[in-house]
Amino acid sequence: MILRRNCKETAALLLAREDRKLGLEEKLALRLHLAACDACPLFAKQVLTLRSAFTQWRHQADSGEAAAPTPPGDQP
Amino acid sequence: MPFQYTAAMSFEHQLAEHRPYLIKFARLQLRNETWAEDAVSETLLAALSRPQAFQQQSQLKTWLVGILKHKVVDQMRQRAREVMLDTGDDEGDELEALSFTANGHFVQPPLDWGNPEQQLQSRQFIEVLETCTERLPAAMGRVFLMREWLELSCEEICQELKLSPNHLYVQLHRARLRLRECLEIHWFGLPRGVTP
Repeated sequence: MILRRNCKETAALLLAREDRKLGLEEKLALRLHLAACDACPLFAKQVLTLRSAFTQWRHQADSGEAAAPTPPGDQP
Repeated sequence: MPFQYTAAMSFEHQLAEHRPYLIKFARLQLRNETWAEDAVSETLLAALSRPQAFQQQSQLKTWLVGILKHKVVDQMRQRAREVMLDTGDDEGDELEALSFTANGHFVQPPLDWGNPEQQLQSRQFIEVLETCTERLPAAMGRVFLMREWLELSCEEICQELKLSPNHLYVQLHRARLRLRECLEIHWFGLPRGVTP
């Protein structure tokens, strides 16, 4: 059992988690690495943002609802 | 019965008005003009053949999109052999594009995307998201949207397309990395102010 994962392996686990259940050892290795690393939690946040972006997109696509206007302050 | 005749016409017209909307999503998912048009035609024919099924539905568009999803899966199943043929450009390991050192550390920490929940609902963001999705190689884009739009499980996708789980996981993993990069370039990395 190799619990140590580097950032590249951790990034791969974070992506895999979107599509399959991680094994126990993988879950544990992921948590241990995230607790000790500054960079990987940022990557994890990006993956979660991607996930909610597609949830939003799907919601709008399926209902045909017009998207909300960009909130003030976010204008390009 | 003139009144009934008018009502029937009006239902057909309403359906026809939704065609461009349906085509857009069929194209995005199927990446093939003929397949997309077939899926939408089948959707509209199915809707026409049972207008009574719409009675309980609050929104015509929602109902049609629901039918379209089934017709799109039918297309994918029928074309299963062709669906994965086009693997697009094969650049190899997208994780490399993130720049890791030899021992697997980030060369530079990933960008903080902030808390963009509000932005994710904006029309501008949705447009960028759709453009990034369109840019995925066709086969990769198809399986990715089977996950994210059709909401199929990996087991279901493998079954429909006769794929091995590993092949599917690699495609999905690469699709997510490409989308991450595309969104960073065209949205989150822009000075527009991820942080207010």
